Amino acid sequence: MKVVLRNPTRELEFDGPLEVSVLLQRLDLHREAHLVIEDGTLVPNDKVLGNDAVVEVRSVISGGSP
Amino acid sequence: MKCRVCSGPAVIDIRRHNANFCGEHFLKLCRDQTAKAIKQFSMLERDDRVLVAVSGGKDSLAVWDILTELGYHADGFYVGLGIAEYSASSEHHAVAFAAERGLTLHTEDLRRDHGFDIPNGSRAAKRAPCSACGLSKRHLFDEAARRGGYDAIVTGHNLDDEAAVLMGNVLHWHTDYLARQMPLLPARAGFPKKAKPLVRLTERETAAYCILREIDYLIDECPMAAGNKHLAYKAALNDIERNSPGAKHDFFFRFLAQAADRFRPGHEESDSRPDVAPCQRCGAPTNNDTCSFCALVARATEAVPIKLGHTRGRKKVSS
Ligand code: SF4
Ligand SMILES: [Zn+2]
Ligand SMILES: [Zn+2]
Repeated sequence: MKVVLRNPTRELEFDGPLEVSVLLQRLDLHREAHLVIEDGTLVPNDKVLGNDAVVEVRSVISGGSP
Repeated sequence: MKCRVCSGPAVIDIRRHNANFCGEHFLKLCRDQTAKAIKQFSMLERDDRVLVAVSGGKDSLAVWDILTELGYHADGFYVGLGIAEYSASSEHHAVAFAAERGLTLHTEDLRRDHGFDIPNGSRAAKRAPCSACGLSKRHLFDEAARRGGYDAIVTGHNLDDEAAVLMGNVLHWHTDYLARQMPLLPARAGFPKKAKPLVRLTERETAAYCILREIDYLIDECPMAAGNKHLAYKAALNDIERNSPGAKHDFFFRFLAQAADRFRPGHEESDSRPDVAPCQRCGAPTNNDTCSFCALVARATEAVPIKLGHTRGRKKVSS
């Protein structure tokens, strides 16, 4: 499957099937700080992504001092 | 994963509520939590005219959308900071959001209207960019609210923002800041009240809200933010949250309920500030001859080879 990450934008390949929560673990990304998006909508953590899936893993942390 | 409300397929899990939600009921949760915060801290009256500080990012667009959904009269205010592509892109997102929904967005631009931008101006004035930026935004939001007769300024600060600021203030025992870290700052001489209706939502939730509402927010981060302490505190708190869901919420809300009062002086210092008089340059209330924004403008424009704009032109983008 294709996994798109932002800031900077890059693409990674993973073999499916793979559960979303496992994907985040493999990427060493925090579940509190990331959302997974497929076809413009949210994918729950327990969803199993197929080998041909294309997902974006988006960080939700914004930076500026308030 | 099933929605706690309707048992339909869930799209998101909220561990601190120990529950999962479908799209529809997650959006309702966000609106309900915002309404609850507004009520809990007496932030807004039903007929208040609200000015939302809009950056084009997820939090400001989410709070603007939610307030509109909740039936508040909320207009937006955007300040162009002159930070390369980041500012161009953030303005585009703010303008497009307003235009799509027929909302009113006022814009002001530091370079066009005040003769400096954050990267060059902060260097000339020898201030950290975020400090010059925060000062400018606060001043311009206050002034826009006064000018437009708005009752309240609303910002998109979320639970992660407030918990991270609290952590910084506690680590360094900034007791004066602790005294003022409230979701509502009441109005005082010449300044409208300021409210943070998203304090009951984490930033994962405000981002999820935008995605589910198909709000096209600016994902890229301001380049000036890289490596700042605020981000480090957020990461540390998320590490704690991982093993202890609800820790961020408790940290902030128990501070408000059980500790905040202890840092407030016995007398109402803020209301009895001596000698608040109009700034000689711009007329904003200040306890000096010129306000700190005008002092910043003077220093920031000294060394910057940019044409000074004295027409304080303001654009109304859509209405
Ligand atoms: S990161 Fe700093 S400079 Fe950038 S918008 Fe936020 S406060 Fe302003
Ligand atoms: Zn539901
Ligand atoms: Zn002034």
